[in-house]
Amino acid sequence: MKTIKNIGLITALIGFFIFTASIFTGTNNVTQEIFNTWTSQNVKSDYFINKAQQEIVGKELSTFELSSKIIAIAKESDAFEKGQENINWNKIIKVKWNVTSKNFVYPLVRASATGWVSKNQGLFFFLTFGLAIIGGVLAFGADYKLLGPAGIKNNGIFQHSATNRGYLGMIACIYFVAFYMLLYFYPNYLINPILSVNQISKGLSGNGSSQWFLYGFMYCSVMTVFAIRMFIKYRHNNYQLVRTSVVLFFQVAFAFLIPEILVAFNMPWFDFKNAWPLDYDFFFDLGKDWSLMSQGQVGLFMFVWGIVLTLVIVPVMVYFYGKRWYCSWVCGCGGLAETLGDPYRQLSSKSLFSWKVERWLIHGVLLFATLMTALTLYIFFAEIESWKELAFGITAYDVQSSYGFLIGSIFSGVIGTGFYPILGNRVWCRFGCPLAAYMGFVQRFKSRFRITTNGGQCISCGNCSTYCEQGIDVRAYAQKGENIVRSSCVGCGVCSAVCPRGVLKLENGPEDGRINPTQILLGNDVDLMELVNEK
Amino acid sequence: MEHIVIIGNGISGVTAARHIRKLSDKKITIISAETEYFFSRTALMYVYMGHMKFEHTQPYESWFWKKNSIELKQAFVKTIDTENNKLVFASGEDFSYDKLIIATGSKPNKFGWPGQDLNGVMGMYHKQDLENLEKFAPDNKTCKRAVIVGGGLIGIEMAEMLHSRNIPVTFLVRETSFWNGVLPAQESELINKEILNNHIDLRLGVNLQEIKSDANGNASSIIIKETGEEIACNVVGLTAGVSPNIDFIKDSAIETGRGVKVNRFLETNINNIYAIGDCAEQHEAIGERRNIEAVWYTGRMMGETLAQTICGNPTEYKPGHWFNSAKFMDIEYQTYGWVWAKPKENEARFYWESSCNKKAIHINFDKNTRQFIGINTFGIRMRHPFFDKVLTNKKSIDYVLEHLADANFDPEFYKLHEPEIIAKFNKENNTNIKLKKKSWKRIFSKTLNA
Ligand SMILES: Cc1cc2nc3c(=O)[nH]c(=O)nc-3n(C[C@H](O)[C@H](O)[C@H](O)COP(=O)(O)OP(=O)(O)OC[C@H]3O[C@@H](n4cnc5c(N)ncnc54)[C@H](O)[C@@H]3O)c2cc1C
Ligand code: SF4
Ligand code: SF4
Repeated sequence: MKTIKNIGLITALIGFFIFTASIFTGTNNVTQEIFNTWTSQNVKSDYFINKAQQEIVGKELSTFELSSKIIAIAKESDAFEKGQENINWNKIIKVKWNVTSKNFVYPLVRASATGWVSKNQGLFFFLTFGLAIIGGVLAFGADYKLLGPAGIKNNGIFQHSATNRGYLGMIACIYFVAFYMLLYFYPNYLINPILSVNQISKGLSGNGSSQWFLYGFMYCSVMTVFAIRMFIKYRHNNYQLVRTSVVLFFQVAFAFLIPEILVAFNMPWFDFKNAWPLDYDFFFDLGKDWSLMSQGQVGLFMFVWGIVLTLVIVPVMVYFYGKRWYCSWVCGCGGLAETLGDPYRQLSSKSLFSWKVERWLIHGVLLFATLMTALTLYIFFAEIESWKELAFGITAYDVQSSYGFLIGSIFSGVIGTGFYPILGNRVWCRFGCPLAAYMGFVQRFKSRFRITTNGGQCISCGNCSTYCEQGIDVRAYAQKGENIVRSSCVGCGVCSAVCPRGVLKLENGPEDGRINPTQILLGNDVDLMELVNEK
Repeated sequence: MEHIVIIGNGISGVTAARHIRKLSDKKITIISAETEYFFSRTALMYVYMGHMKFEHTQPYESWFWKKNSIELKQAFVKTIDTENNKLVFASGEDFSYDKLIIATGSKPNKFGWPGQDLNGVMGMYHKQDLENLEKFAPDNKTCKRAVIVGGGLIGIEMAEMLHSRNIPVTFLVRETSFWNGVLPAQESELINKEILNNHIDLRLGVNLQEIKSDANGNASSIIIKETGEEIACNVVGLTAGVSPNIDFIKDSAIETGRGVKVNRFLETNINNIYAIGDCAEQHEAIGERRNIEAVWYTGRMMGETLAQTICGNPTEYKPGHWFNSAKFMDIEYQTYGWVWAKPKENEARFYWESSCNKKAIHINFDKNTRQFIGINTFGIRMRHPFFDKVLTNKKSIDYVLEHLADANFDPEFYKLHEPEIIAKFNKENNTNIKLKKKSWKRIFSKTLNA
C-alpha cells in the first residue's frame, strides 16, 4: 500500500511538474490577421501599431519575449503620445502591472500560441490533469488501508512539514501564491495550461478556453480528488460524507457546468448560488447593454433571483440551519477550503488577538462592499457615467476596481487560498468574506443553529479548538458547558468529529435555550448549579 | 488581603483559583513543579500522536493569569509547616499562606518490580513522561517494541499512542479480559476485539515479573510471571493505576490515608487547609462513588465547590449522578449512572450490540421496580442532561427506551439504531415499548413529564 501511495504521489508530481514547466515553453507566432484583429479592438495609437508590426508580426517568439516586447512598445508609445502637443488620451495605453498584462497582452498571446502543446492538446491534458488526477486518487485511495480502521486519524499532522508550516508547507504556499498571481494578473504566461483544457471548453460552451475556464476546471478537479480524500478519512462520519458530496455537487454543477451550458445556449454566464455581497460585481454594469437585465427573460430572471437569494433565501436558510448551509454545503470558496484545505485546518490561529483582527477585517470588508454597491446603484439611478469623477479625483469605477483588485483578487484568491498552508484553510471565509459577515449577524442573533455542549463531559483536551478552521476556541465554551453560537462558525462539523468524548453536536432547534451561559456545569449538586448559574 | 495558596496547577487547583477570583479579590498564588502553565493532562496522548502541539493542550492563553491576577510560581513544595502557615520549597525558600489548597493530583503506581527505574521505563502521567516517551520511542527504529503493563484507561491510551507511530506493542493485562473490573463481560470483550483489531499483542491474565536491563541501564526485555516468557523491548509503560501524589505531606500534621483526608466541605483536619482533586480522599464515600475519584470532572467540581466555601458560602461537595467517558482506540464510551461489572441482586440487564461489533449499549435497571440505574454506551453518543434528569426523577427503563431518540447525541445523518434496540428489548422482555419521536420540548424542559 505504501508503494501504491508513493507511485501515486510521484505520478501526481510529474503531472504538476509538466503543468508548471509548460509555462516556460510557450511559443507564439503573431500572424498579420491575428495582429489586425487584436489592434482593431485594443489599440488606437499608430505609433504602437507601426512599431509592433515590425517587431512582432510573423516572428517566432517565446511567450516571454512577446509579452515583454508588447509592454516595452506600449511604454514607448505612451511616452511618444504624451510628448505630442495635443495629447490624445484615447491613444494612451497606460501600462499598469495588474491590468495591462491580463487585459491588453493576454488576448494577443492567447490567439497566437503555437508549438507542441497547441497541436497536442489532448495528450497534454493527459500529461498534466490526467497524471495529477490519477496520481492523487491513487495516493489518497491508499490511505484507506494505510490510515487503519475508520476513525479519527490525525496522526503525525503536527510532525509533518507539509501540515505544520514546515518547508513543504512554505513551498506549497509559494506555489499557490505564484499560481494566483499569474492567474489574476499575468494569464499571458499561462497559455499552455489554458490550452490543456481547450477541447473541453469547446465541447461545453463552444468557445475556446480562457484562464477562467482553466481555473474552474482545476477547481473542480482539485475538489474532486480531495473530496475522495475526505470520503476516506471520514468514512465513519455520515455528516462529513453528505456534506462533502453536496458541496462538491454544487461546485461542479452550479459554478462550472451550468454556467458553461448557459453560454452554449447563448445565455449569460451565471452562477445561481453565488450571492451578493460575495458576488460583489452583481450590480456593476446595470445600465450597460451586456448587463443581465438587458438579456431578455432569462437575464431578468437571473437578476431577480440574485436579489431574492441575498435578501430572502440567505437569511431564511441561516435562520433555520445556520450559515453552514451556505459556507460548508454550497459555497465554492468553502468547498475548496473543506477539500484542498482540510489538511491545513489546524493552522488557523485561536488567539484572542486573531479574533479581534478577524472582527475588524471581516466587518470592514462588508462595509466596503456595501458602500461600493450603494455607490454603484447611486450612479446608476442618478445616471452618472462610472468614469466621471465624483469627489477627490475618484470615480465610481476607481472604487469598483480597487475593490475587485484588493478584495476580489488579492484577499480572496492570493491570500485566501495561497496562504492555506500558513494561516489555515479558511483565511478568506474567516477574515474577509462579506457574505459570511452578513450571515454571521443572522446566525448570532436570530437562528436555530447551535453546537450543543454535552453537559459536563468535556475534558478540555483541545482537539475541537485545534481543528476548528475558523479559529474558534470551541473548548473555551465546551469546558464551561456552554453552547457554541459564534457568528463565524461555518458548521463544518469537524470539532464534533474529532472530540474524543462526544461533547459536541451541531443541531437546529428552538431558539429558547440556545444560548446557555453557565458558571457551574452539569454533574454538580443541583443546588449549587442553581445558586451559581441563576443569580 | 487574604492569601490563598494552591499547590498544583491541574484542573482542580486552577478551577478553584478561577472561581475564587470570580467571587473575591483575594490574593491567589498557584504553585506547581511540573509546568509553568495549566495544561490538560487528558490530551498528553494527542501531543505524542501528532494531533496537537503541547501549546494546544493549554486551555488559557498566557495573558489570562496576569489579567485575572492569579500569580503562578514554578517550584516544588518539599514540606508544609502547618504551625507557621508556610511552605518550604525544594530550593529551601519559604512561602507563607493564609489558606492552603492541596491539589497535587496523582502519580503512577509502581509495585516494586525489579527494574522499574531503568531508562525507558515510564508511567504516563506528567509532562516529563511525555518527554521521556518522545526520547525513548521517537519511532519504530529506536523502539523496536514496547510493553505496557496494566490494562486501565491510561494503558490503552499508551498502546494507542505507540501504535500511531507503528511501534509494535505488547499489552500485559492482569485481568482475564480488558478492564473487566469495571466493564461487564460483553463490553470488555468488545474492547478486547478492538485492541486486537489494531494489531496490538494483547496478553490477558498475566503479570510482570521483572524488567531486564542492558549494559547501559536501559530496559531491554521483560519477563512474564505466569509463563516465564521473555519479551525483548526498548520501552516499558507502567500504567497499573495511579495513587495520590502526597508523599511530601505524610510527615506533616495533615491527616492522610491513601490520599489527603477531607470531609464533605473538602476541609482537612487542619483549619485553613483544604484538599481537592485526585489527591483528596473522602472520609466516607459519597453514594456509590469511591473515596478517591481520579477523574477530570470531579476535580473540576471540587474546585467549583471549594471556591464557594473559601469565599464565605460554606458548600458541601455533592457530586450529582455518576457519569464518565473514555475512548478505546476508535470506540467512544460514555456512561451515566451505574452499570457494574457484575449485576447486583436486584438488577437486571439489557444488552444490545450492533452487527459491526463497534457499537453497543448496556442498560442496568431494577428487576422489581424497573427503575433505570445506569447505561454504558459504546460508539453511540448520548445526551448527558437527558440521563441526569432520568436519574434524578428515578424514571423507568421503559421511559428511557421510549425516549431514546431524545437521548441520542450522535452527529446529524448518523444511522439511528433506536428501533432495532427497542425491538430487541421487546422481544427479550415481552414488552410493547414504542419509540417516541424526538421532542425538543422534552429535551429542553427542566423537569420530566411522561
Ligand atoms: C494520560 C491521562 C489521561 C486521562 N484521561 C482522562 C479522561 O479521559 N477523563 C477523565 O475524567 N480523567 C482523565 N485523566 C485523569 C485526570 O487527568 C485527572 O483526574 C486530573 O488531571 C486530576 O487533576 P488534579 O488537578 O487533581 O491534579 P493534577 O492534574 O495531577 O495536577 C497536580 C499538579 O500538582 C503538581 N504537584 C504535585 N506535587 C507537587 C509539589 N509537591 N510541589 C509542587 N507541585 C506539585 C503536579 O506536578 C501537577 O502539576 C487522565 C489522566 C491521564 C494521566
Ligand atoms: S466551531 Fe466546529 S463546526 Fe464551527 S467552524 Fe469550528 S470546527 Fe467547524
Ligand atoms: S474536543 Fe471535546 S473533550 Fe476535548 S476540549 Fe473539545 S469539547 Fe472538550
